[in-house]
Amino acid sequence: MADFSQLKLNAEKEWEGLVKSSKPWVRIGSSMCGQAAGAFGVSVAISTQASARNLNINIDQVGCIGLCYLEPIVDVLRPGFSRVFFGNVSDGSIDSIVRYIETGELDHEKGNIIGYLGDEEVEGVSNLNDFKGISLQRRVALKNVGNIVPGDINQYIANGGYQALNDSLEAGKPEDVVKVMQESGLRGRGGAGFPTGLKWSFMVRSPGPVKYILANCEEGDPGAYNDKGILEGDPHMLLEGILLAGYSTGASNGIVFIRHGHDGPIDRTKEAISQAYSSGLLGKNILGHDFDFDIEVSLTGDSYVAGEETALMESIEGKRAMPRFKPPFPAASGLWGKPTTINNVKTLAYAPEIIKHGEGWFSSIGVNRSKGTVIICLNGDINKPGMYEVPFGLTLGDIIHEIGGGIPNGKSLKMLQTGGPLGGVLGKESLDITLDLEEMSQAGAILGSGGIIVADEEKCAVDMTRILVAFCQFESCGKCFPCRLGMVNLLEIVERITRCEAREGDLDLMKDVGQNMQMGSLCAHGQLGFNPIRSAITYFESDFISHIKDSKCPTGSCEKLVYLPKNTRALGEINRENQDKQYIPINNII
Amino acid sequence: MGNQNIRDEVNKILSSSTDTTVTVLSSLLLVQDEIGYIPNEAVEEIGSFLKTSINEVWGVATFYTNFRFTPPCANVLEVCWGPTCHLKGAPDLISGVLKQLNLEEEGDSQDKGISVRYNTCLGACQQAPVISVNHALRGNVKAFEISNIIDFVADSNS
Repeated sequence: MADFSQLKLNAEKEWEGLVKSSKPWVRIGSSMCGQAAGAFGVSVAISTQASARNLNINIDQVGCIGLCYLEPIVDVLRPGFSRVFFGNVSDGSIDSIVRYIETGELDHEKGNIIGYLGDEEVEGVSNLNDFKGISLQRRVALKNVGNIVPGDINQYIANGGYQALNDSLEAGKPEDVVKVMQESGLRGRGGAGFPTGLKWSFMVRSPGPVKYILANCEEGDPGAYNDKGILEGDPHMLLEGILLAGYSTGASNGIVFIRHGHDGPIDRTKEAISQAYSSGLLGKNILGHDFDFDIEVSLTGDSYVAGEETALMESIEGKRAMPRFKPPFPAASGLWGKPTTINNVKTLAYAPEIIKHGEGWFSSIGVNRSKGTVIICLNGDINKPGMYEVPFGLTLGDIIHEIGGGIPNGKSLKMLQTGGPLGGVLGKESLDITLDLEEMSQAGAILGSGGIIVADEEKCAVDMTRILVAFCQFESCGKCFPCRLGMVNLLEIVERITRCEAREGDLDLMKDVGQNMQMGSLCAHGQLGFNPIRSAITYFESDFISHIKDSKCPTGSCEKLVYLPKNTRALGEINRENQDKQYIPINNII
Repeated sequence: MGNQNIRDEVNKILSSSTDTTVTVLSSLLLVQDEIGYIPNEAVEEIGSFLKTSINEVWGVATFYTNFRFTPPCANVLEVCWGPTCHLKGAPDLISGVLKQLNLEEEGDSQDKGISVRYNTCLGACQQAPVISVNHALRGNVKAFEISNIIDFVADSNS
């Protein structure tokens, strides 16, 4: 029988041994951002050099500390010193890093040292906490990411992990967990912003014994990678969140839903699940209490709509990922007809910290009805792309200029695309908008899953719209015809505008189609499919007018048309050649 | 009918699955992981293995865009066309790749042994534009690097 205090004691002893060991500890940022920058090569190079010099070191691959623009990042902890971070590590700097590991001698010229973290000052190196990208962050869901080894359950436990679960089990009052979640004001981080505690409370009333908690890591939004960031950096945080949700709602099974092909997050999660089983944190009589729970990983194929909660259940059941009619709502009849709660990975990852701190803590962070923190994925034309967890209430300007370091090459900001392809486009006048779910939707965009794509003055709003619409068209599942046909129609019109071949009334026609899609589609894909166009026209009407009236693209970027997939899931080929035929507005067909 | 060897292989894959929940989709993913594509025989075998119709299996297989129905080339090159990569220069990468491989759209370049696939998001937008070479991510790719990358991949195969 697993006893938590014993588990914790062992884990803490092991952690002490690691951070106070006489061996240097080298941590390499190896999330997808690190991998794309060459982290695996760096890891091999450091190991090889270290063994060539007979150095006795611990070397581990960890998650992302958020400063993705500096990847690959190598973080070296020498016994008795602070952690020193080396950025943009390349062949040229490996040698000086290994020298630092061996001798403690810093090469300020070639090392590309970015800063240190810890109590001991390092001469000639700035404290990482002086970076706005670190100091403006408030890491709750990401608190361990980049610090601990994701594949080591003991490191998670030593850093306060599974404490909330153990305390809740000891207290034996699942209803209190739901109460704290309700009081915390946490709202779903997948995009819709539904209050999490309330969602859990629906589930409590549903009859058992088989009830499911689903963690959604489909994350098909281009421009967002925070779900994968959690799974790659700290998968146990999610597992504990699922366990808390399961315990408080009386559920029996959890499923982590990930898109096939994202090997890092998948492998980390599977590894974490098997560790949790062997430590008695999953399975029968968890931690010696009368609570049984199982978690498995379910993979889906490439389909954006599979991230929609009812389509997700279809996908787990092995069918096409197409949304279901509601009602019945998932809490009454969901996966395999059983009561089901679907939460985003980020949402669930907040639960352990919220429960640990108790009432009043989480709701004291943030503004208005947006409580707590939000994980922003900042990318595009920005100096410091990364993954930053910040409290609600900062402005978009803070994100772009303070954290993101502004626009590269002295150019100015033109456009922000937020909340994934179904979100919206904002203009540069929107920098005063605060990060707040309501304020963002009023501005015509949504915060969604936290992706913010930045475009500079040389980018064309029509071109950007075309890519967003092309994405939405490609990913329409085809179940509801207003979305299936409407997206094709919208893409054809936007492509026409891009080529400066627009016809009179095209803008009105698009509005018409968009309205029909909104009214006649089952899920958000069709309902919000017109959003990118609507917001782009609101903020960048002049770009559209210039294509339509003056027959030219103001930035010249529409001159090279990108090749896009010809075949789509829903409707054969897009009509790119025969553009002469008469278009019939959709509501004339109905 | 069809190739008995393929049938045997598919059945071996299906019966060795370690998944807790076995579905049409999980079986298709498993088969494609193992043999690289979904042969006709696999569709039939999955249908009989799971006691469902061939139509049902086809329906699922053609819905998810990651499934392919012909053997892939030895190497797979994926190019992202998501909004971030698009802004950061994906159009030049895509046209570079297509030109280099003599393709008009995504597909297989038999002579070079490379299958090209467009991807809507490879998940590393911080390092855009991103490509993936045989499932290894590569960020901040410049258009002029494409021809070297392709030569390297093609050579590694010969």
